[in-house]
Amino acid sequence: MINVENLNKWFGSKRAVNNVSFNVNKGEVLGFLGPNGAGKSTTMRMITGYIPADEGKITVGGFDIDEDPVKAKSLMGYLPENAPAYGDMTVTAFLRFIASLRGVSGSERTIAVERVIETCFLQAVRHQPIETLSKGFLHRTCFAQSIIHDPEVLILDEPTDGLDPNQKHEVRNLIKRMSERKAIILSTHILEEVDAVCSKVIIINNGKLVADGLPAELKKRSAMADSVIVKLNNVKYADISSRLEGIDGVDSVMCLSENEHSCETRVIPKKTDGNYQNGLAEKVYHEASDADWEICELKTDEGRLDDVFRSITTTDDR
Amino acid sequence: MSGTFSNISAVTKKELYSYFVSPVAYVFMIIFLILIGFFTFMLGGFFQRNEANLDSFFLWHPWLYMFLVPSVGMRVWSEERRSGTLELLFTLPITAWQAILGKFIAGCLFLLLCLSLTFPMVLTVKHLGDPDTGAILCGYIGSFLVAITFLAISGLTSSLTRNQVISFIISLVLCLLLILAGWPPITDLFVKWAPIWVVDLVAAFSIIPHFEGLQRGVIDSRDIIYYLSLIFFSLFSTSVVLHSRKAS
Repeated sequence: MINVENLNKWFGSKRAVNNVSFNVNKGEVLGFLGPNGAGKSTTMRMITGYIPADEGKITVGGFDIDEDPVKAKSLMGYLPENAPAYGDMTVTAFLRFIASLRGVSGSERTIAVERVIETCFLQAVRHQPIETLSKGFLHRTCFAQSIIHDPEVLILDEPTDGLDPNQKHEVRNLIKRMSERKAIILSTHILEEVDAVCSKVIIINNGKLVADGLPAELKKRSAMADSVIVKLNNVKYADISSRLEGIDGVDSVMCLSENEHSCETRVIPKKTDGNYQNGLAEKVYHEASDADWEICELKTDEGRLDDVFRSITTTDDR
Repeated sequence: MSGTFSNISAVTKKELYSYFVSPVAYVFMIIFLILIGFFTFMLGGFFQRNEANLDSFFLWHPWLYMFLVPSVGMRVWSEERRSGTLELLFTLPITAWQAILGKFIAGCLFLLLCLSLTFPMVLTVKHLGDPDTGAILCGYIGSFLVAITFLAISGLTSSLTRNQVISFIISLVLCLLLILAGWPPITDLFVKWAPIWVVDLVAAFSIIPHFEGLQRGVIDSRDIIYYLSLIFFSLFSTSVVLHSRKAS
């Protein structure tokens, strides 16, 4: 649905977006990650046709955003950063206005407005002027305007920014529910959100695409991925470390916490060996039972997205 | 295309809604009517003239519009830019022209309403004498054209900045220049050093002679073209500015 090829954008001499390419199909939720100022919002603004790209090609549903902007825009719903809305209008009037510009009219419009007011939980504030709304309601009002015409493509710039945990949960569920029938791009710097809703992830840093893949694949790139965490009762770290290091395929062992009752240890596998995931935990288990250690907890670390995020986006700065 | 009209009318309706939901529209109307009455009767000497016409009424219109119209037009784009709704508007499936026209038409309708609320003047003069109805109608047309020309200009200055005060002052100065362009103090500035065609050019930009013709009841196509070309130029420049400075 969304195709971005070799996108470039300069602001003066600063290259804000540097040769970015990706595509999103129907049924996919693309998580767009990156530190502040990495070029996420700029890229989204180019996709939605707000600012022109200097180089590259963007098509939405087959329509080029430069050549056929009105058709391409009509397929999209867009939630800009900071959720702008007309402060002097009431929530209902604002949604009706957006609906009519989206080509939803007559009784259809009334139904559409009612539908989004319900899905975004805006009943309580529907007749209130937008400038009097709290941030959470403002955000949901702007979110409601982006889905009022049930678009095939949804571009969300930080959709859960400023929401409380319950509202975040609701919005994520909403996105997940809609994702089957739509192509969605959402930018965020909350990594748990990616885990919760995204089927694909790209990471952008200084305008450049630095990682691209499935959330699970990216996690594997974490230094801690596939390591085994084992918590043993009534042992000292000093007594067990050499034995754990001796296990075949173990690179190193580190102590996470220790007290008089127990000791928590991380066992890191050698990276060169391919698929260790299940194997290592099993080996650690056998080693522990051979040594008669009392196992309190044993688990394999999947790796963490924030480790990957941090390592990718900070090494590139140098 | 029906989409074009429905888009323009949606923007127009929304703008009119914004005018009347805030006190701006009511304050504007009241101030306009009070001032127009004050100028006509106190400064224009409506009764002392002892003539059944509205010359002393129309005389003040450009001066009033000079500072009242920019106060209507200043927020049109500045506010969109400041609050970020410009991004919302220009990612909707409408063209910049549809948005510009929609907003311009809303302003025109509002000014038309204000102008039509001066109808007691017409009734007064009708009651007192036997005025030339055609001339009064032409005067109203001329006054309306001056108002919407100023509206287009303040729309342009509004698109240049996110600060409404700057927008207001620049458009006030531009309107003032248009009013004064033909007056000797301004033309004298050029007479001493510039060739005569420059002086004529500056004088030709003056809005007053084009208004006086209409006040006398003469509809000259040159006057109409003058107003329409100023409006078109301003609206066109607005679209150029909005295209090039969206992100800033």
